[in-house]
Amino acid sequence: MTEPGELLLSVRDLRTEFRTDAGVVKAVDGVSYDVYENEVVGIVGESGSGKSVTAMSIMGLVPDPPGRITSGQAVWKGRDLIGLDDKALRGVRGGEIAVVFQDPMSSLNPVHTVGRQIAEMVRLHRRASRKQAAERAVEMMDLVGIPQARRRARSYPHEFSGGMRQRVMIAMALSCEPDLLIADEPTTALDVTIQAQVLELLQEVKERTSSAILLITHDLGVVAGMADQVLVMYAGKAVERGSAPEVFHRSQHPYTLGLLSSLPRVDEDAGTRLRPIQGTPPSLIHLPPGCSFHPRCPFARTPAPCVTDEPPLEEAVTPGHAAACHFAEEVSAADVLAPSPSSSADTP
Amino acid sequence: MGSYILRRLALVPLLVWGAVTVLFVVFFVMPGDPVQQLVGERAVPETVRANIEARYGLDRPVWVQYGRYWRQLATGDLGESYQNRREVSSIVADTGAASLRLATWAVLIEVVVGITTGVVSAVRRYSFVDALTTVSTTMLVAVPVFVLGYLFQYAFGVFTFQNDLPEWLRFPVQGIGPDSWTLFFLPTNGQWRYLVLPAFALASVSTALVARMMRSTMLEVLRADYMRTAMAKGLSERQVVLRHGLRNAMIPVVTLIGLDLGILIGSAVLTETVFNWPGMGTAIFAAILTQDAPVVLGLVLVLVVAYIFINLLVDLSYGLFDPRIRYGDEGAR
Repeated sequence: MTEPGELLLSVRDLRTEFRTDAGVVKAVDGVSYDVYENEVVGIVGESGSGKSVTAMSIMGLVPDPPGRITSGQAVWKGRDLIGLDDKALRGVRGGEIAVVFQDPMSSLNPVHTVGRQIAEMVRLHRRASRKQAAERAVEMMDLVGIPQARRRARSYPHEFSGGMRQRVMIAMALSCEPDLLIADEPTTALDVTIQAQVLELLQEVKERTSSAILLITHDLGVVAGMADQVLVMYAGKAVERGSAPEVFHRSQHPYTLGLLSSLPRVDEDAGTRLRPIQGTPPSLIHLPPGCSFHPRCPFARTPAPCVTDEPPLEEAVTPGHAAACHFAEEVSAADVLAPSPSSSADTP
Repeated sequence: MGSYILRRLALVPLLVWGAVTVLFVVFFVMPGDPVQQLVGERAVPETVRANIEARYGLDRPVWVQYGRYWRQLATGDLGESYQNRREVSSIVADTGAASLRLATWAVLIEVVVGITTGVVSAVRRYSFVDALTTVSTTMLVAVPVFVLGYLFQYAFGVFTFQNDLPEWLRFPVQGIGPDSWTLFFLPTNGQWRYLVLPAFALASVSTALVARMMRSTMLEVLRADYMRTAMAKGLSERQVVLRHGLRNAMIPVVTLIGLDLGILIGSAVLTETVFNWPGMGTAIFAAILTQDAPVVLGLVLVLVVAYIFINLLVDLSYGLFDPRIRYGDEGAR
């Protein structure tokens, strides 16, 4: 955990919708967060909670149609990225903010050599000759631990394993020394052993290049190991925000608590049943009234306040640690394991 | 790759044998009398008939003629025409160039127009251009090439003259004109005016098919993860589509173009006949009408061999578009 520096990115009240035949999907519904220099910010949530869209929105990579950013700001070094013209945004993409995508199998172009794909980015953002760019590509591949980088730069993506391809993606993302690296589920598509290597690499790279990382994942272990700040998302909204130790050890939102309790633990006997969160994530087209989490929440009191009022994300209990729950205090007092949701499953 | 090419080439004799045999059978099953065709609408005296039949071996059984044709072919001789005793090889030389020029232009139109419309249509999906492309390609695919040929002739060769429309809308509809070319296939001295209508007529169906295929593969490619990666690198939409999309989307289109070349050869016979373009198609058509077996056999044989080689080239070109494709022996590595 490094000392945070200057404020790099400040996202405020971001709202992104997708218009579908079934209705309007509010994929991101008023999310705010900050990223400081040298900091690792983790965004956690289930599939469909809007964590990726949050990041893609600031890069202008949400396909329109059907996607649309309806409101909000993403101030990057004093410039709002939302609504920035395409040319200026292209300078930011790759050059200042780079992305590592989830699936390295399909995120690299199969018909170009990896060296060329890395060099293309270097040539785009640096005034580099073809040769210098190719040289830089080899250097970056070497940096991320690809053996025989010079020879391998001439290989095609299908000639690499999954883990190696993700290294290529990371090499590409870091080739122009971005100030922020968005890692969108960087380990999800990989084997567990390879996951560890890739995380280690990200950690190492972060220390070496001092770029901030926005780490998007559903893997709490990954976030716990790397992140300084954590943002927990549920159904398009941020439900808890704070430093990693605060969020994990003194969770104030029942959803975070539920996520943590659902993990298998090494200190428990083998054969102990997992404690999943009851129910399924709500449809983003028809969200439950009040707090979106109330149908699955063991702490919910119905109808008031949980069904009638939407709790704001506020620092009610501890400064610097915000949660969107009417009963944040009560939740924070509860032990992670105590309120097994299955014991109160009858709560609507 | 060497052994792959050799194995493909080993198929050539087999295919040639098949083509010759089928054509022989067709000729002898077909009703009609080549001698009568040669003499014209007069009674043929028995002695004349016997003479002609003896000269071409038509009095011998089919298998003897078949064997004789092979012996002749083995020496590189395609025989001579029943009609005017011209060497078939010289007919091939004369008409082949005209056909090759027309076909080259048709393929160029197919590739350039088809791919461009397909890409634009995919990138601007559901726009007016896209709707127009979908409607016009559907119609073009449905119209047979000879019908389209006559429509072109009417529109640009009759209608524009009758209504005093500007000069540039008027086109000659028959023949090859000055037959003047540089670098083999570039039209000179107003030659292009004779080329335009047959070339577009011949290219029409293929162009429509290529455009439709290109549109659908490009739409698929546009959703690919690597396209998003390319966007995230900071490339412009144009660069993303052209550098990263086009080559990936081309792979199935190349297959289509390869398969289509066979259809194109068939269409060429019709197009050349409609526009009276002095190519192999016109020659084959005329030879069929006069039952001039050596000419039909010779010309079709040349087309078959050409088709095999074109297809081989198309298959080899996949490797240029998709590095994941390896040929034969290399795959074992």
